[in-house]
Order: sequence, then structure tokens, then C-alpha cells
Amino acid sequence: MSAITTPIAQTPEVWSLPYRGRVGMACLIIAESAIFTIFVVAYLFYTGKSLSGPTPREVLETPIFYTICLLSSSLTIHLASRFLERGNRGAFLGLWFLTIVLGGLFLFGTGQEWHQLIYEHGLTISTNLFGTTYYSLVGLHATHVTVGLLMLGIVLLFGLAGRVGPEQSARVGVLSMYWHFVDAVWVVVFTVVYVLGR
Amino acid sequence: MSSDAMALPSVGSAGRPWVETLHEWVTTVDHKRLGILYIVYALIFLVVGGIEATLMRIQLMFPHYSFVSPQVFNRLFTMHGTTMIFFVAMPILFGFANYLVPLMIGTRDMAFPRLNAFSFWLTALGGFLLYFSFVGGSGLYGAGNAPDVGWWAYAPLTSRAFSPGHSSDYWTIAVLVSGFGSIGTAINIIATIFSMRCPGMKLSRMPLLVWLNLVMTCMVLIVITPLSAAQIMLLVDRYLGGHFFDTQAGGSAAIWMHFFWIFGHPEVYILIIPCFAFMSEIIPVFSRKPIFGYPVMVGATVCIGFVSMSVWAHHMFTIGMSSYSNAFFTLTSMVVGVPTGIKIFNWLGTMWGGKLIFKTAMLFCIAFLFQFLISGLTGIMLAVSPFDWQLSGSYFVVAHFHYVIVGGILFAIFGAFYYWYPKITGKMLNESLGKLHFWLFVIGFHLTFDLMHIPGILGMPRRIYTYEPGRGWDTLNFLVTIGAFIQGIATLVFVANLVFSYFRGPKAGNDPWDAWTLEWSVSSPPPDYNFASIPTVASRRPLWDRKHPEDPDSRYE
Repeated sequence: MSAITTPIAQTPEVWSLPYRGRVGMACLIIAESAIFTIFVVAYLFYTGKSLSGPTPREVLETPIFYTICLLSSSLTIHLASRFLERGNRGAFLGLWFLTIVLGGLFLFGTGQEWHQLIYEHGLTISTNLFGTTYYSLVGLHATHVTVGLLMLGIVLLFGLAGRVGPEQSARVGVLSMYWHFVDAVWVVVFTVVYVLGR
Repeated sequence: MSSDAMALPSVGSAGRPWVETLHEWVTTVDHKRLGILYIVYALIFLVVGGIEATLMRIQLMFPHYSFVSPQVFNRLFTMHGTTMIFFVAMPILFGFANYLVPLMIGTRDMAFPRLNAFSFWLTALGGFLLYFSFVGGSGLYGAGNAPDVGWWAYAPLTSRAFSPGHSSDYWTIAVLVSGFGSIGTAINIIATIFSMRCPGMKLSRMPLLVWLNLVMTCMVLIVITPLSAAQIMLLVDRYLGGHFFDTQAGGSAAIWMHFFWIFGHPEVYILIIPCFAFMSEIIPVFSRKPIFGYPVMVGATVCIGFVSMSVWAHHMFTIGMSSYSNAFFTLTSMVVGVPTGIKIFNWLGTMWGGKLIFKTAMLFCIAFLFQFLISGLTGIMLAVSPFDWQLSGSYFVVAHFHYVIVGGILFAIFGAFYYWYPKITGKMLNESLGKLHFWLFVIGFHLTFDLMHIPGILGMPRRIYTYEPGRGWDTLNFLVTIGAFIQGIATLVFVANLVFSYFRGPKAGNDPWDAWTLEWSVSSPPPDYNFASIPTVASRRPLWDRKHPEDPDSRYE
């Protein structure tokens, strides 16, 4: 029984909590994953259930080149944010721009594929179940790529104006998390649409 | 307690133009103001949804009664269900979480204040869109038409052929938009809890309310999103000619049910877990004992979070699933009762041997324990698939889930009001009016929802707008409606108490209940910045430590 007690005995010397931006983005990624899961489930459930053509086997071509573009953009954005942390702005901007180009190429690839499907094969979102599920799943992903590209573009503009330095690397890291997620989702969508779904 | 009734003008309105005050509220990013906005918004919709329920009960008061037309009846139950779930229960619980979580973990605001405001206004827009359907449902040419497809909107009722006009679109977009609002708030609350805790507030020292809201918001991330996805699919079907739920083109109506109930059942737990959170804060304070079994409580909640995501198809036993699916969902639905039961024992263990103080807040909590137990038991009955085949789609089911939502969730929310109103407004609620509210509501509730089980067992289907006389349902339905009126009167007493006490109630002071969590360490209402200096915490009951330096909790943890 000590006569004198200090109510707050041990104040922790170091009190570090995770960066809120990363936590928030991680939560958003979990939520988005759930949305994609539902669309993927719908795609798989309806595979081969279309009552009329065209079927995936007849019209889909595997977009290898554009997939490589998108996946390698994950590498470039990772390196870009590394360079930013170290204060190498020039390399950051160059790689960041390369990321946007690669993402843009991928989006162009999707557009080209859709154009071909619509004008050559007559497949639209209302043609059959394949069209409905294909355009909504790939379209949902393409929407995410577009949003990502817009945000990357905003950072590029700020970067060109000389406003992005190492002190922003945590925020840039959050955006890079999102971009990695968009790439990872493509791996799933690719597997489902071009491998399993055919 | 001093009873001098100081007519204190509302904060900020003294001598300033009301436009300025309004502007402040509309543009606010303060978590406390947004919390209040959420709560007030939900209370308005509670009244609207309550009126819809009353109209339905009047229609069912007598057989062959024609108070409203069958078409209007369909709209009423659709709007009642959608309103109560998405625009009353969700926002009111988010409102309390918004208000209390930062205060309880000792921080000055949420992690993303502007996202917080954005999420609230999304939710508000959702509610507005839903009710705008009364005007715009048929395309603005004056023929008002609200959604009438039921709150779960089964396909193919929502297809263009069976739901022309825009009423179903308003429903879809309202739910979609408010869902995005919920996801935004959930992300915000999680980030706040993980990244904004004051020094010493380890995860193992967080108040249970914070823990339970963490579990709830994590569930929101995984559970609301399937509903959003399904709503997007429905919009694709309705606007772009898609075939997701179009059976004519090989689509499936059953997959909508799956997608809806993957959201729909965990949603019930999203609503009840914050109510468990209220219980876990209020019962210890009015039992003058720390909560019994803190780690078990956290574990059980996480367990509920996981198990509740694998029970959804017990809403669909009657659609003809395989016997394996039936067995699986029967088992999981029963298993989810186990951690829930653990919690009830925890609260009883907290009360056991405590110095119980029967304030109104505590009365609501005790009623919650009994009523939630009974609703859980009828839930276990309905989880047995053969039993469910018999009673699915009957008034027994209606009685069961209203027992959960009114007897459980609403009672807990009332308890939370009586407990935290002094903190939020700085005024005590009137205890006599509170007790009157409590007893009227208990009587009305039991008259309505106890009796409602019986016509269900006697075969009365849900969602019928009238019925034949002489089936043994007449007297019961009459009494059920009387009970609904008593609940309505009780709610009016509650509203009167809120208003009266705001102007004439005695001042609350910082800590009227002699409680132990950080929100009671600041003034009532708390200042904009919450804490002049960020507190440091050494135990689960920081305020106890401060009040009893000779015997702090930190010594035993």
C-alpha cells in the first residue's frame, strides 16, 4: 500500500499510430474489392448462360500487350514514389508521367477492344448476358482506371508546377496504393474474363 | 441537482442573424455538429416512417377496411421499410458514432472532417431523392407515385415491364447514394479509430462503444458494397437494357435475392452492434461496476461480425435451395446466436451484484435485454428451415424482426438519448416525462408486437392490404393497431421531452452520471476543439483514474 500513487503511471514514450491516409485507402480498397467481388460472381455465374450469341469464345481476344502495360505501370509508380521519398524530383516526374502513359495505353486498348466488339461483332451491353456482364465488369474496372488517371494527372500538374516534394511522399504513397489495387483487380478480371470465362 | 430553469438561447444564435447560423451548420465539418445533423435528420424520418406505419395499421384495424387503397398500401410498406432502415436506423447510429467516437478516444475531430460532411450530405440527398419520388415518380406530370416494390425490391418486380415510370429508379438511386455515404462514414470512423487515438489509448483500452463501432464499420465496408453493386446492376438493367435479373434472357431473379440478402442480413447486425455498444456503456455506469468480461465482449462482437456474413440465405429457404444449403444456413444462423448469448450474459454479469440505479436510460437498457432475448429466440425458431417454410412471409416474421428493430434497436437508441442528451445539449432530460415515455412505449410495444406473432401463426401473410373477417385475426389486428397508437403517443412524449428539456431542463454539468469515459471529462456541450490538451490514458476507465487517484484502474490492468 503506497501512500502516494500517480494515476497516470507510465506515459508511453513513443506513441505512433498508422498514417490516416493509408488506413483510409486500405478501407476503400476493401470496400471496392467487395463491389468487384459481386460483379465477378455475377460474371462467373452467368458464364455460358447467354441464350443467344455472340459468345466469349467467338469474339474475345486476349489483350496481352495492354495487360503488360498496366501491370508494368505498378512498377513505375512504385519507383516514382521511392524517388520522391529520396527527393529526386526529376526521376519522380519522369516515372510518374510514364505511369500515366502506360495507364492511358491500357485504357486505349480497352476502348479499341470495345469498338471492335460493338462495330464488328455487334455485341452491346443489351445483346445478351455475356454482353451485360462483360461490359459492366470491364467497364467498372475501366472506370477505376479513368479515376486513377485523373488523380495521377492532378499530381503530375502539381509536380510540374514544382509543388510536389518529399514532404508529400506519404500522400503520393496513398494514391500509389490505389493504383496498385486497380492493377491487382485487373489480374482478377483478366483471369475471369479471358481465361476462365472462355 | 439544481432545478433553476435557465432559458439559455441555443449556441451561437444570440444576436446573430439566423442565416449565419444556418450557414455554419450547412458548411460545418465538426464531428459533433455532423453527429447532431445525422441524429436530427434521422429523427425527422423516424416521424415520417412512423406515420407510414400508423397509416398501414389503421388500414389493417378492421377486415375489409378501406382507409387506403391497395396501391397506396404497397407504397406505404415499401417506403416505411426503406425509410426506417436506410434513413432512420443507419444515420442515427452513425450520428452517435460520429459524435462519440472522437470524444471517447481523446481526439479533436475525425480523421477526414470534410469526407465526414460529404458523407452526411450524400445520405441526406438519398433521403430527399426517396421522398421526391412522391412528386417525380411518374415523371413529374403530377401523378405522384412512390416506389411500391417492397424494401427488398425482388426481381422481376423492378424490371421495366412491371415497374414503369421512375419510382423504382428513385428507390435505387436513393439507396445507392446513401450507401456511398455510409461507406464514406465507415472509412472515416475506422481511420479515426486506428490513427487518431490519444496517447495511451491502446486498442485494449478503448471503450467498448468504440470497439463495437469499429466492428460495425468494418462490416459496412464489406456488406453495404454488395448492395451498391446490385443497385448498379439494376440500373444497368433498367437504363441500358442489361439482363442481370431478366429471366427472359437467361438472367436470374434468385441472384438478386442473394445479392440483396448478402447485404440484408449482416445489415441487421450493423444496426444492432452499435446498440450493443450503447448497452456496454450505459449498463456499467448505472450498475456502478466496470463491464464484466471486456475481452470476451470484444471477441464475441468480432465473432458476430464474421458469422453474420454467412447466414444471409435463411431469408430464402422458401425459394428451393439444395438440402445442403438449407442445412448450412440453418446451422450458421443458429451459431450466430452463441456469441450474441455471450453478450447477454456479460451484461447480466455486469448488473449482478451492482448498485443498480434505475434512471430512464437504464430502464430502456433492461427492457432491451428482455426484448432482444425474445426476438433472438424467435429468430432461432425461424432459422430452422422446416419451421421457416411454414411461417416465411407471414406476420410471424414481421413480428420477429420488429421485435429486433423496435424492441432491440429502438429501445437501445432511446436509452442512448437519455444517457448522452445531457452531453450533447448541456441539459438534463426530464426524468418524469422519461419514465412516462418508457412505460407507455413498453406497453404499446408489447401490445403490438407480442400479439402480432399470433395472426402470423394463424396464417396471416405479410404485405396484404386487407383480410376476410372471421379467421380469428380481427380482434388481434385491432389490438395491434391500438398498441401502435400507444407507441405513437409515447414517441410524442419523447419528442416533447427533447424540446421541453432543451429550453427548460436543468443544466447537466460535465458528468451527470458519474461516468468513466473521456467524453464526460469535457464540458457539456463540448467545446469545438473537444480537449484543451489531448489527454493521456492509462486504463479502460480514464475518468475513474482521474477521480480516484488513490485506486486507479491502471494498477490492475
